[in-house]
Amino acid sequence: MSSDMPRGRILFSAIVALVLTVLPLPPYLDLARPSFLVLTVLYWSVAAPWAGGIGLGWFSGLLLDVFQGPVLGQHALALAAVTYVTAREHQRIRSKPLFQQSLIVLAVLAAYEGLVFLIDGWTGHPLTSPLRWIHALTGAIIWAPASIILAQGRRS
Amino acid sequence: MAFGTGGHRSQARGPSLGFRFTLYAILSLVVMFLDQRHGWMERARFVIQAAAYPVQVAVSSPSSAWTWLQQVTETRDALRAENARLRKQQHELELRTMRYEALARENGELRGLREALPPVAEKWLAAEIVNIHLDSLRQRILINRGSTNGVFKAQVVLDDKGVIGQTTHVGPWSAEVILITDPEHAIPVQVERTGLRTIAVGAGDSTSLALPYLPGNADVKPGDVLVTSGLGGVFPTGYPVARVTEVHRDAVQPLAQVRAIPFANVDTDGEVLLVWFREDHPAAPALTTTGDLPIGNKNLQPQPAPPPRPKPAPSAPADSAPTSPAAQSSNASASARKPTSPSGTVNPTAPAPSNGGNAPARVPAAGAPRNSKDSAAGEAPPATPKKPPAGQPSDATPRNQ
Repeated sequence: MSSDMPRGRILFSAIVALVLTVLPLPPYLDLARPSFLVLTVLYWSVAAPWAGGIGLGWFSGLLLDVFQGPVLGQHALALAAVTYVTAREHQRIRSKPLFQQSLIVLAVLAAYEGLVFLIDGWTGHPLTSPLRWIHALTGAIIWAPASIILAQGRRS
Repeated sequence: MAFGTGGHRSQARGPSLGFRFTLYAILSLVVMFLDQRHGWMERARFVIQAAAYPVQVAVSSPSSAWTWLQQVTETRDALRAENARLRKQQHELELRTMRYEALARENGELRGLREALPPVAEKWLAAEIVNIHLDSLRQRILINRGSTNGVFKAQVVLDDKGVIGQTTHVGPWSAEVILITDPEHAIPVQVERTGLRTIAVGAGDSTSLALPYLPGNADVKPGDVLVTSGLGGVFPTGYPVARVTEVHRDAVQPLAQVRAIPFANVDTDGEVLLVWFREDHPAAPALTTTGDLPIGNKNLQPQPAPPPRPKPAPSAPADSAPTSPAAQSSNASASARKPTSPSGTVNPTAPAPSNGGNAPARVPAAGAPRNSKDSAAGEAPPATPKKPPAGQPSDATPRNQ
């Protein structure tokens, strides 16, 4: 793979993921919906850390902040942190079968939610509903199909 | 670093992963600090919100296209039926507002004014809700009006039934609205029946509000209507907010647990109203504070409750009882100001608005206790044990002196 091909694809998939993230849905689906943008960024930081990585994570996080964050920079920091970890460990993660990858993603997403939760608390916008942790779970469940779809896009 | 074979160009490209992460982390901390502390990022947020607006419109376009398609293909009969319904509704509203002019003049006379007051709402602007999802746990919506339409931060947003919320972030063409049902939102309200003031906090599930600061013996019951009280500097007086649905009194708990359902159709609205208010109107939001009290200023801190004044027996007939509404409202507002110490300031048997004869002389938007400004600042107004004119809370008493 050339290094320029993923960039366009990464941008395209990130935009699609953003659209999926903010698409209006009925409330019960809404609660379960994972943050597709976070998943996509994680995927690219594992599959192509030289093209995606922390910068992509930070800017996507900033975008999420504008859409949903009470404080600018909150999701940016959290997403940069988790992309740092996944980009550093991308070889170990990539070599695992999909199921184990999902478990790793669960831990990573939980860490991401935890960071956002902490910053929420520090900045005085606490949101203590236990429902917020569902996103990590649904994200981990959707990781396998999502990564298969994204990989298809990469090879075609 | 740890990655090497994954990308053949990775090593050649600039600084290491850890360095880049540190850079971005510091950057986001700075951004967060600026945004949180001083609002210096307001400008940047404005720009980013402008940049994000096309995406938001694009995302919401399928659903708006669907609505448009439905409208276009609507049959003649359906249109005719809707037309008839609207016409009927208009007649009803006309009937209801027929006496408005007379009542407004009457109210002005009671207040000792020479002319009737204009309505508190100076102008309004309809805005459509951009149909996108912001955050499922926070109750926020995006509307398609922004600073180019004159929208400002902390502007009141209504629908045709009642208060919906206020704007939080304003972009050039769009604005984010925090709903009254958001767990972070609190709206100062007043029980319409008794004049009791308190604060309604969003419960976070889009259909209910909680009134967490009412003492166990407060006079509130299911069915009570909550209207805005005019304190807090954002919402003007007298707009309907919610209806009380359940009241739980536990002998062990010092506070009652009260729930209310908002009048506004927070879930199903497609269109909302942005409202500009006359600032010199008595019903305008009291501009005592800008929203946050600086810590340490003693004058702005909650004051101890005023010593109890001699009152007649609480069982006295309501219309002759000089339980001066001024004193009562100052008590109520004091308790609203320092919600955690109920200390018996609220009169449990507040005088019911008896006297049905003049009770309808209530102009919806003009029930503003003018003294709310003073009492909110901490100093109790001079209590005048003067009989209120005809059962109405004597709004104008402090000004007539």
